[in-house]
Amino acid sequence: MTDTGLAGEAGAGGVIELEIPARAEFVALARLVVSALASSDSNLADERIDDLKLAVSEACTNAIEAHDAAGTSERVMVRCWAGADALEVCVEDRGHGFDPAQLPDHPPVTDPARLKFERGLGIPLIKALVDEVEFSPTVDGTSVRLVMRLGAAGTNGG
Amino acid sequence: MDLGLDVEERDGFAVLSVRGEVDVYTAPRFRERLIELVGEGKHKIIVDLEGVDFLDSTGLGVLVGGLKRLRSHDGDLVLVCTQSRILKVFEITGLTKVFSIHDSVDAAVGGGSDGGSGT
Repeated sequence: MTDTGLAGEAGAGGVIELEIPARAEFVALARLVVSALASSDSNLADERIDDLKLAVSEACTNAIEAHDAAGTSERVMVRCWAGADALEVCVEDRGHGFDPAQLPDHPPVTDPARLKFERGLGIPLIKALVDEVEFSPTVDGTSVRLVMRLGAAGTNGG
Repeated sequence: MDLGLDVEERDGFAVLSVRGEVDVYTAPRFRERLIELVGEGKHKIIVDLEGVDFLDSTGLGVLVGGLKRLRSHDGDLVLVCTQSRILKVFEITGLTKVFSIHDSVDAAVGGGSDGGSGT
């Protein structure tokens, strides 16, 4: 994929593109932009905007860590757009890809071994918070697509 | 983005009040402060999350790490949190079963297993 960008189509679809340096202090900016778009361009309930903010934070954190691991100074791309039925956010990194299917399952919470899992809670959170999530390998990294359906009551089950 | 970390003593507990947003940028400061407290011999710690506006999995990681560290010293780390959007993060990850979560610092000091039964 190249950076020819969706920005040119912004008039039609209202695509917002944000390219952030792959550094921890910029995750807050990504959250801010996404929540501002969600508040102004969609009728997503506040609680669901919070869910999306958290999912975006997790995806950007993973992206930055992937860049760090890959030793790249490339930027992380965050694209978001509010369609008629859904709000979508795409976080694209250029770190080494990963296979979400290969993530280890966490032990049950009652298992003392659970305390070993200080990390790796991000992807389970993303999956619980958004209506749809898709992890796709790209030529040079991973793309995470987060979808919040407008009007949906939320999918967080037990 | 500002992260507030204030510590006070309450009945043998160190109460660490966290304010602001806890994410990958601010979590290292939070982690360091917890480790400092444990290093100072404070092995009973209450982390008050009432002033937290945002907490993601990096923040959860700090808390889990703190709990583990304290348990290895026969101590404990308990939480104060009543905000539904923060509690939700603990619920989704199953950590409500790992942490003792109270409605107030008073309830946490009192040590009741369910925070609501204070007054």
